[in-house]
Amino acid sequence: MSAIKLTIDGRPVEVEPGTTILEAARKLGIDIPTFCHDPELAPNGACRICVVEVERARALVASCCAPVAPDMVVHTESERVVKARKAILRLILANHPLDCITCEKTGQCKLQDYCYRYGISESDFEGEVKELPLDDTNPFYIRDMNKCILCGRCVGRCQEINGAGAIDFIGRGFSTIVGPAFGDPIEESSCVFCGMCVDVCPVGALIPKAGVGKGRPWEVEKVKTICPYCGTGCSIYLHVKDGRIIGASPDFEGPVNRGHLCSKGRFGWDFVHSEERLTRPLIKKDGVFVEASWDEALDLVAEKVRDLLNRYGPDSLMGLSSAKTSNEDNYLFQKLMRSLGTNNVDHCARL
Amino acid sequence: MKSEQSQKRKILVCCGPGCLAVGGREILQELRTKVAEAGADIKVEPVIKGTGCHGLCEQGPIVRFLPEDISYCRVNLADIDEIISQTVLQQKVVERLLFTDALTGRRVSSQSENSFYKKQLKIALRNTGEIDPLNLDDYLERDGYRALAKVFSQMDPGAVIAEVEQSGLRGRGGAGFPTGLKWRQCARVDNFPKYVICNADEGDPGAFMDRSIIEGDPHSVIEGMVIGAYAVKAHRGFIYIRDEYALAVKTMLEAIRQAEARGYLGRNILDSGFDFSLEVVRGGGAFVCGESSALMASIEGRVGEPRAKYIRSVERGLWDQPTVLNNVETWANIPPIILRGGEWFNRIGSEKSKGTKVFSLVGKVKNTGLVEVPMGISLRELIFDIGGGILNDREFKAVQTGGPSGGCIPADMLDLKVDFDSLAAADSMMGSGGMIVMDERTCMVDTARYYIDFLTEESCGKCSPCREGLKRMREILNDICSGSSRPGDIEILEEIAGMVRESSLCGLGKTAPNPILSTIKYFRDEYDEHVNKKRCPAGICRELTTFIINSEECNGCGLCKKNCPAEAISGESKAPHVIDLSRCTKCGNCIELCRFNAITVK
Ligand SMILES: Cc1cc2nc3c(=O)[nH]c(=O)nc-3n(C[C@H](O)[C@H](O)[C@H](O)COP(=O)(O)O)c2cc1C
Ligand code: SF4
Ligand code: SF4
Ligand code: SF4
Ligand code: FES
Repeated sequence: MSAIKLTIDGRPVEVEPGTTILEAARKLGIDIPTFCHDPELAPNGACRICVVEVERARALVASCCAPVAPDMVVHTESERVVKARKAILRLILANHPLDCITCEKTGQCKLQDYCYRYGISESDFEGEVKELPLDDTNPFYIRDMNKCILCGRCVGRCQEINGAGAIDFIGRGFSTIVGPAFGDPIEESSCVFCGMCVDVCPVGALIPKAGVGKGRPWEVEKVKTICPYCGTGCSIYLHVKDGRIIGASPDFEGPVNRGHLCSKGRFGWDFVHSEERLTRPLIKKDGVFVEASWDEALDLVAEKVRDLLNRYGPDSLMGLSSAKTSNEDNYLFQKLMRSLGTNNVDHCARL
Repeated sequence: MKSEQSQKRKILVCCGPGCLAVGGREILQELRTKVAEAGADIKVEPVIKGTGCHGLCEQGPIVRFLPEDISYCRVNLADIDEIISQTVLQQKVVERLLFTDALTGRRVSSQSENSFYKKQLKIALRNTGEIDPLNLDDYLERDGYRALAKVFSQMDPGAVIAEVEQSGLRGRGGAGFPTGLKWRQCARVDNFPKYVICNADEGDPGAFMDRSIIEGDPHSVIEGMVIGAYAVKAHRGFIYIRDEYALAVKTMLEAIRQAEARGYLGRNILDSGFDFSLEVVRGGGAFVCGESSALMASIEGRVGEPRAKYIRSVERGLWDQPTVLNNVETWANIPPIILRGGEWFNRIGSEKSKGTKVFSLVGKVKNTGLVEVPMGISLRELIFDIGGGILNDREFKAVQTGGPSGGCIPADMLDLKVDFDSLAAADSMMGSGGMIVMDERTCMVDTARYYIDFLTEESCGKCSPCREGLKRMREILNDICSGSSRPGDIEILEEIAGMVRESSLCGLGKTAPNPILSTIKYFRDEYDEHVNKKRCPAGICRELTTFIINSEECNGCGLCKKNCPAEAISGESKAPHVIDLSRCTKCGNCIELCRFNAITVK
């Protein structure tokens, strides 16, 4: 099919049929706000912050769902649009805690960003607000449903992409919440703690525990690296402040994982600075571990290996290496084992 | 043109929703028993049938005698003996059981003499009240399945669609989309299988139009659907019936079974080579399930919640296949259109709204019930001629049309033509045909609040404008009605309402502000009184009401005193009475009862 020509904010653009207005606008570098839109999920159309004015259409149109049509004329920041967006923001804010000062999401919260963009500092719509208990019983992340704006991205990710189906919408109307069935804590649900929901939440409703109180987003250096846990090679960012890792997040552009991580890569970084972590070799002397130098330790290993070879032959030896080391290290490791005369080599990722 | 069969003696006992509630079924049983007992004395034994709704629900149970065309109302079990001895045995009329014409005050024996029926024109309801819904032969006797036979013998799918297009029929489920066009769009799509669906969710509180058709004449819906399926080449259809409608479900299931047994449904219908099967699906139990995308999700077994859809369901509907969804009344109109021609139908009604519309006329009107009128009739004719005017001859104040998300139309617009476009232009809508008449004792703010309450409860909560907006609008209306509103609240209401209308995901949210916007538009003074003067002029909002007795008008009859549940009224007989405001609970009994208009709202 041939390309579709339309006009957005007075600028012509050509896109493939089936493209949404939002995608077409992004092609022009026009930034339409979105909460619920998720490029990996089926269009949802829940938050309505992305509404735009399409000439000759009666109502405003959700740009994240509406496909372009030939000769469409779209206005993304008309007075009508801005008025509606402001009212939506005020309504959302009226039912949202205003503790931005201590909120972990401050600085990377879409609600904050859009309120700033449209000059909304508080809501004049007063009334009942949600009062729900925190769910922080698991070691990985805090669920504060008072901050949830019900965009549904977490639900979509958990159901459509992870497949865990741990959370869904519960209830209806104003009392709708997102959570596991029967109001159970997330730990008792089918959640596998992949953290995908945490990564897409536009507000501070889902917060990784490890970083709480440890640094503001703008103080954190994001270091791109490869997750060392297994051989898949997921791209991640380690969040570093003052030389310490305080969290991690997936690289949505990473060719291997495109934003997905497992629970270890997403949450398992506390070992790096753990008190219990081994940083020096230990040798057991008279039943107790005693710190030793590397030379001392390696001499001891060499001596034991030699002893075993002499007494029982090379098949009595086995080398087990770690997937956390590099390919090169592992290559050298297997060479070493083979030079000792054994093919018994393996590593932990196969266990 | 009546066939020989219908000239037979018949007793039709109304078993429509209204009459059932007041014992219609018992009357039917008793008549059957007593007529059987009187057996030998009766010259020509009548056929006794339980039928669908006769329309004048509020005066049920209704019993009608044919061919004499005598109708009785409010029939009691105790009346049966007299009915047998007088009417059944001697064809004599029992005067006291006759209807009183609300307009003339005279007793009328035949329906055709009753003003309630005079301006009505029954197309969708042509059989309802006339036949036993579960007797297929009754249906056949009144031209049933003849349209289907005509379609198979003379028309190709294109001709069927052309006929429906020519009729000008628009969807009766609310939006008024042209039915023929919908079918054509679906027929055009080259993607199979296709489906047809009947929307019988009828979630509007108090509505019973669709239910009355299914319970009174199920085969007309089935016949319409087979014709529609043939036109778009669908072989499977669904009737989505509101879960609470147990009798409708039962009736429809039985009608489907009968139609299958007689070859009007199933394989090779009427030897045409066309196959079509029909299933009943019970509704998901929420108002929003009647919305097309939610309804289809519900049939698919998912949560009945609206989906963002920019591709029409005629292209991608049920299970993403091309689907035609029409309302019960829309389907019931199809057989007569095919049989009598689109042109015949097109001559009835107004310029852009053709045919008739069924309304449930309720509220403060003398004749309440189910009516079918040509499109374009004026509100005045509907309320004052058919409805017989306002109960107790009070002042008419407004009429609410279109179901919970419709609007209220004021007295100075009584000459408005009732059709899709004029109602929409008046900030209301046709909706599914609810019509609630309100008198002077109605507070319009309280009325708006009632509907917003309902809609807030029914919002599915998926999209933020509707979920959060309705909640805040409800809170503001509560404030206004309880006296805790602040200046500027009306403007905030208007602002939220405007955004919710423009930005919501589905039709529920898009129309939910109507009750507020239309009452503000036509009754702004009343809002202002509430907000600025903390006074409810209708005397309904308790916190804002003070009743007083005007000593010059009060003649001391004592009726109010006798009926005040709070014992707040005192006064000597024949001397002016007074209300002790500290005890008055503002129930309004006194003002309703006073025959001398001596009680007013301060
Ligand atoms: C909230 C909501 C509730 C609805 N409920 C009903 C209903 O109960 N019955 C119905 O026929 N249509 C209902 N509709 C309209 C349907 O979405 C749809 O337009 C209609 O069934 C199409 O049939 P028609 O063209 O024959 O009217 C509802 C729409 C909305 C937005
Ligand atoms: S962490 Fe993963 S599995 Fe758990 S709720 Fe979030 S998306 Fe679902
Ligand atoms: S928790 Fe976050 S991602 Fe999930 S629905 Fe709420 S705001 Fe959206
Ligand atoms: S408009 Fe209301 S009912 Fe419709 S999707 Fe939005 S929240 Fe649900
Ligand atoms: S981003 Fe489009 S509706 Fe939420």
